[in-house]
Amino acid sequence: MTTYDSVLHPPAIIAELKKNNITHVVWLPDSETNFMYQLLNDEDSLDLVPVCREGETMAIAAGLWVGGKKPVVLIQNTGIFESGDSIRGLGLDINQPLVMLIGYRGWTRRGPTPDSAARYIEPILHTWGINCYLIETDDDADRISIACEEAERTQKPVGVLVGTEFGV
Amino acid sequence: MINNTDAVKLIDSKRTDSVIVPTMNANNVGFGLPSVTSNQDLDLPLSGAMGKASNLGLGIALAQPDRKVMVLDGDGSLLMNLGAMVTSANKAPTNFYHFLFNNKVYAVTGGQPIPGSECQDWEGMAKAAGYAAVFSYDNLEDFTTGIDEALAASGPVFIHLSIEPQIENTPVQFRQRSPRTVKMAFDEVPAALGVGSD
Ligand SMILES: Cc1ncc(C[n+]2csc(CCOP(=O)(O)OP(=O)(O)O)c2C)c(N)n1
Repeated sequence: MTTYDSVLHPPAIIAELKKNNITHVVWLPDSETNFMYQLLNDEDSLDLVPVCREGETMAIAAGLWVGGKKPVVLIQNTGIFESGDSIRGLGLDINQPLVMLIGYRGWTRRGPTPDSAARYIEPILHTWGINCYLIETDDDADRISIACEEAERTQKPVGVLVGTEFGV
Repeated sequence: MINNTDAVKLIDSKRTDSVIVPTMNANNVGFGLPSVTSNQDLDLPLSGAMGKASNLGLGIALAQPDRKVMVLDGDGSLLMNLGAMVTSANKAPTNFYHFLFNNKVYAVTGGQPIPGSECQDWEGMAKAAGYAAVFSYDNLEDFTTGIDEALAASGPVFIHLSIEPQIENTPVQFRQRSPRTVKMAFDEVPAALGVGSD
């Protein structure tokens, strides 16, 4: 049974971002990461860059990276489907070591999900050769560090699928 | 209307240490920025990911607030990602200069007309999106006289240019390509900015 203690709290994610010296969060909101917004706004060391459409995020992140910063992208899995040409042209083709935090809409451990956004996201990322990690509880949050390290080492985007989120 | 090469030449002459992000005809090897550039190490051309030049420029502008960033965009490209105008205006970097090379066609792909090109009001769209200042030039003389004022304005600035369509009909496989690949540019620009690329 899911208890309060076994779910993911936004401070755990923010702590990981700070630990990895992330400077910017380029984002478009989703329900899975809703509670993080206020915390991100209050966090002086992280600059929030809101976009109108998700394909913008990888391009803005590319510019930040070229300019010496360390951004992450925070969008929903539906937004990854919107972003194909950016992930290709400004993620993979330029070897951008970008961590993409992806709200996993439709994710469930209880058998088949009716949500195609959940069904297609991992196959799509794998088709691009983009590795991904799942985080569901605070105990999983250190997978963000693993993703950051892997992105740097392999010089390519890495996905972190955010399965659940609970209030602050 | 302004000739494409004249426009990139004038912008380049005013760049000092600006990063320039050119795309499409503004990035043409034969008659775009690469043919006139005075500081190639700070040119970051966008050839993949059509429509994202201003996003790329916005990222650099936010990372390097003490340096001007000039984006040389195409009208078909920007129409593909109009929300980017709002994204840039919302973040409002004062060092961000967004030039629109409006030639009313998809020149790179053979000159097909752009939807609505006869009725678009780019100045109106830029103002409505929230750019801090908007300029427009339809001839080289006015652009030459006006560019200093546009670049002295605090960003985000939008500069609309009426550009003569210069259409390439050479089949794609026979076109001249830049020896400086996108990957090389992404390696050189951080070095020229004095930052590590990792
Ligand atoms: C997503 C996407 N769709 C279509 C194309 C094909 N394409 C390449 S260049 C181009 C035209 C660009 O037009 P514009 O931005 O107005 O610049 P111009 O060629 O007029 O300089 C198109 C449609 C592409 N590269 N990417």
